[in-house]
Amino acid sequence: MRRVISILLLIIVALGIRLSLTKIPFGTPKTKVGRYYIEEGIEETGAVNIVTSVVVSYRGFDTLGEVTILFIAAIGLGAVLSTVGEKTVREIEPASLVLYTGCRLLFPLILIFGTYIFIHGHLTPGGGFQGGAIIASGFLLIYLGCRERRISRVASNLAESLGGLAFVVIGLLGLVFGGYFLLNFLPKGTANTLFSAGIIPIIYIAIGFKVGSELAGIIDNLIEES
Amino acid sequence: MIFVVSFLVVLMLVGAVAASIFRDLISAVIAAALVSLIASILFYFLQAPDVAMAEAAIGAALTAAIFIIAIRRTKRYEE
Repeated sequence: MRRVISILLLIIVALGIRLSLTKIPFGTPKTKVGRYYIEEGIEETGAVNIVTSVVVSYRGFDTLGEVTILFIAAIGLGAVLSTVGEKTVREIEPASLVLYTGCRLLFPLILIFGTYIFIHGHLTPGGGFQGGAIIASGFLLIYLGCRERRISRVASNLAESLGGLAFVVIGLLGLVFGGYFLLNFLPKGTANTLFSAGIIPIIYIAIGFKVGSELAGIIDNLIEES
Repeated sequence: MIFVVSFLVVLMLVGAVAASIFRDLISAVIAAALVSLIASILFYFLQAPDVAMAEAAIGAALTAAIFIIAIRRTKRYEE
């Protein structure tokens, strides 16, 4: 009986998906909002990468919400894991020489790559979230490969807090200078150069620091406990 | 082009089915990471490099690592 019901439900879901997909006019000209972003986005925000201009400028408030969600998730994880018994210091088996040297060589390169991604967020694909995730994967490599090298918890928390603070303060400065939150109050500069697009690169650098230290903190919490 | 994409989609489906079938949870996590990796390649083909980067870094690398750390704390094989 249960099997019949679940098959029926699956058929209904499949029909629903099919109906809603046929409603989408693939290949036809985009909606008014999408056309506006593509045509006026570079002029209005100064960011050549239209995705960035949408994420940080037009929908900047949503991005603040996303960053907050990640922050709350990291805090929740830390709270849950820190209540589970006392910390046991385990014997750390040193990694082999090849692994250790490889990790130490690759780690700075990964850091530079992540930083490049979030500094150039308004010019090339990528941005704060992607760069932060790449930096966190570099820290993951360090945690797996050379476990005797610890990353300072204070520094990581400081980077996270300063990143979030910078985002909110820049938003409030927009409120002071022009009347609404996250207003792009800095000069836009020439498009397609590194110092352009006003507050967008600054916000992306803040997001990059915040996301990178948050994800690295999550991995740190999990590995410390295991 | 269409053959490459179809091959990738088939591989992705195989990975997804394998992730739910495998009794060895580490293998299941690797299969799920494969799904994410191919999804990021497909995003790149669909001219969404921003999403592709996020998917490759978070979906394929960090999520798999977190799952593997969690599995190390619990049991490796599903009953």
